[in-house]
Amino acid sequence: MNGRYETIDCQRLLCPMPVIRVQDRVEQLHAGDLLTAICTDPGALQDIPAWCRINGHEVVETETRDGEYLITVRVGTG
Amino acid sequence: MGESRKALSLISGGLDSLLATKVVQQQGIYVEGINYFTGFCVEGHTHAIRKRDRARPKRNNALWVAEQLGIKLHIVDIVDEYKDIVFNPRYGYGANLNPCLDCKIFMLHKAAEWIDANGFDFVITGEVVGQRPKSQRKDTMPLVQRDSGIGDRLLRPLSAHNLPPTLPEREGWIDRGRLYGFSGRSRKPQMALAAEFGFEDYAQPAGGCCFLTDANYSVKLQDLWQSRGERRYELDDIMLLKVGRHIRPRSHFKVIVSREQGEGNFLSGYRKQYPSLNMISHGGPFALLDGEVDAEDVELAARIVGRYSQGRDANEVELEYCTRDGNKTPLRVRPMNADEIPAEWLL
Repeated sequence: MNGRYETIDCQRLLCPMPVIRVQDRVEQLHAGDLLTAICTDPGALQDIPAWCRINGHEVVETETRDGEYLITVRVGTG
Repeated sequence: MGESRKALSLISGGLDSLLATKVVQQQGIYVEGINYFTGFCVEGHTHAIRKRDRARPKRNNALWVAEQLGIKLHIVDIVDEYKDIVFNPRYGYGANLNPCLDCKIFMLHKAAEWIDANGFDFVITGEVVGQRPKSQRKDTMPLVQRDSGIGDRLLRPLSAHNLPPTLPEREGWIDRGRLYGFSGRSRKPQMALAAEFGFEDYAQPAGGCCFLTDANYSVKLQDLWQSRGERRYELDDIMLLKVGRHIRPRSHFKVIVSREQGEGNFLSGYRKQYPSLNMISHGGPFALLDGEVDAEDVELAARIVGRYSQGRDANEVELEYCTRDGNKTPLRVRPMNADEIPAEWLL
């Protein structure tokens, strides 16, 4: 796998800000790249996957640890 | 076969924009959605903050609407640009600090820029003549079109029969006969149309979607400006106004006291930006102090926080005062009685 892998810090941001951060970062990435958003708003667990479904991207992993939610998105062709 | 036309729909997450978009999709138009985040949107925040609300299913309604319609949704952060609308609304405020008319003009101006940049043909809104006292009146709707620059590239499918034909109708991209003539504040026609389309689980109609329409919130925002001597805010400021009890015992500082654990957790995330008070001897709230405080102010704030703790009837409670840089000091104070907190302190 040759794609890029990035993380973005969305801690303390309330939805929809984590979605906006993911959206704006994904615009700079290419199909197949991975992006992990580190969130503290549990709403991100609903909203980021919903945003991915309607915009042609895929959530490949979700991890919850110590009040943090790590959501990894594979960028689609959009 | 004509060229496929493209429309941008302003998606609030409510029923009207859902229906308006569906009506246009049914005429073979390709639609994408856009949702503007001002920082004052009610959507989600209080659910995210308050622990007791976390058991409820939570969703972003704009995303949900887009998913129901099968359209892409662009969520746009306009927090900074929007400040000028809040500070200097050309057409003034509504009942509170809500600049509804200027807000609509601003969003449609942004939408006009977006369709120009992205090769779309027109914009859709779920507006209905007579539904809102400022921004959705028959006399203000043309003004919104003029001042935003969108002109006749704005289609309001739910109320089109009450308005002059727009560009998409005149050009034959849209069949005016398949649009609607809803007007007034009744929601029954929308609910009937929702049933016709098979939409059942939509956001409750006619709910306020902006904290600026809320009287209590507006009082707190006015207080923020007054205390700073200027009209200014950052995103964190307007988020904090949504959380906790705001109590101003002195003109130069206020205390933000959590009302339950979720709010306490949220407020504690601001410990590096504000001095804070935490209950030690009894169960109770977490509080932030907004303003420059001296030892006397801290003691006064501690007595207020004690009032909202489980030690309110005790002779003395213990708290921990923490400065922005993390220096902690224990404090023992007598909690205030209810009648020692004047009503005018409560924002």
